[in-house]
Amino acid sequence: MGEMRRVTAICNGTAIDHIPSGHALQVLKMLRLDVGRSNPISMVMNVPSGKMGRKDVLKIEDRELNQEELDRLALIAPKASVAIIRNYGVAEKRTIELGSELINIVKCSFSNCITQNNREPLPHKLKVISSEPMEIRCSYCGRYQNIEDMVDYII
Amino acid sequence: MGDLITMDDLTNKEIIKILDDASSLLPVARGEVYLPLLQGKVLGNLFFENSTRTRMSFETAMKRLGGEVLNLSSVGSSVAKGETLYDTMQMVDGYSDIAVIRHPNQGAAQYSADAVEIPVLNAGDGAGNHPTQTMLDLFTIRQAHGSLEGLNVMMVGDLRYGRTTHSLSHALVRFGAKLTLVSPKSLKMPMEIISDLRKHGAEVNETEEMTETINSADVIYMTRIQKERFPDEDEYTKVAGIYKLNANDLAGAKAGMIVMHPLPRVNELHASVDETKHARYFEQAFNGVPTRMALLCRGLGIKVPKKVK
Repeated sequence: MGEMRRVTAICNGTAIDHIPSGHALQVLKMLRLDVGRSNPISMVMNVPSGKMGRKDVLKIEDRELNQEELDRLALIAPKASVAIIRNYGVAEKRTIELGSELINIVKCSFSNCITQNNREPLPHKLKVISSEPMEIRCSYCGRYQNIEDMVDYII
Repeated sequence: MGDLITMDDLTNKEIIKILDDASSLLPVARGEVYLPLLQGKVLGNLFFENSTRTRMSFETAMKRLGGEVLNLSSVGSSVAKGETLYDTMQMVDGYSDIAVIRHPNQGAAQYSADAVEIPVLNAGDGAGNHPTQTMLDLFTIRQAHGSLEGLNVMMVGDLRYGRTTHSLSHALVRFGAKLTLVSPKSLKMPMEIISDLRKHGAEVNETEEMTETINSADVIYMTRIQKERFPDEDEYTKVAGIYKLNANDLAGAKAGMIVMHPLPRVNELHASVDETKHARYFEQAFNGVPTRMALLCRGLGIKVPKKVK
């Protein structure tokens, strides 16, 4: 509980706990909450955690993230726990799921992939080969994606 | 259904069935028998990158089976005007019954298959896959050895950008081949492919030295160091001409060993090898015709008779 008090409780919004240490900024980017938003966001990084050693926590005020948004997190924080907060209490707990295919979430990073032509209209598709260890390949060119870099290719 | 994008689209049983069909079609491929199985069908032959053998053998295969061929190359077509692959494929979907595509971008064949209703055969996508080449390579190997099981296969040259070796190695390990991969460090087979091969339980050895395994090989598969795939010329010059196989190197080779090459060759395979009993690359190039006939029939759902007279 100690680490949760590093930021004040929020009245309404979404709390994301158990983010791997040092990855909170990537999570914000992944959720496209890093620019052009006015919601207050609190973030703590590298706080002690019984489960994980160290972890990051995010609290996003006045915004309930939907399941599609949360599933994006599976790429970098597959074990994060998510709570929807209403009136200072946990109204709902949500789980994150990594589907078998990521459609129009991330682009293939390979410079010679056909999908690099942004005029091509078909969706970007990546196939999840395994979740532990995480292995993801482009459904078109077959290239394995570097999981750490995927955040840079978010659509 | 009839798409062929990577060798993963075919089970071992299907591979054998296609090779059997190709064997049945040999007299048709040679022009000894006219068998219009594909009469009334139109092939869209789409080559966004240069090709000699693949393009011509698909065209011959279609024509020998009574079908018609539409050719499109990127030069002088709407592609040169910046048309997307998606749009080009919509047009081809309307004009033909099956499409063959070669494209410089990896993934272009799968992308095309997703864009259209007609079956799509991948004739090479960048440094990706080239499964119809693999099928004719397997046909050639089976012709020489009687089976695909448990062979010692050496692959030599550009294993990094060489898509023929990528598709062929995937297929061969499914039949229990032991692979020796010979390349300079800068042209090693990509890690993801090696790891796929090992996941299949394959024995894969990597080396920079060509001569040491020649005597134990059943197949030596030579490839050209492809100048056009190098990002800069200096890197190419460093490795060009690093391997040169000539007839003297084959003195201690197994009697039944065959030398293959997807062609064109430059200087990695000396003309002296042509005169040896091991040379199989010109037959290999011809084998593109019966194999591609079988693949066109598969794509169009046309049954190939067992005995062709």
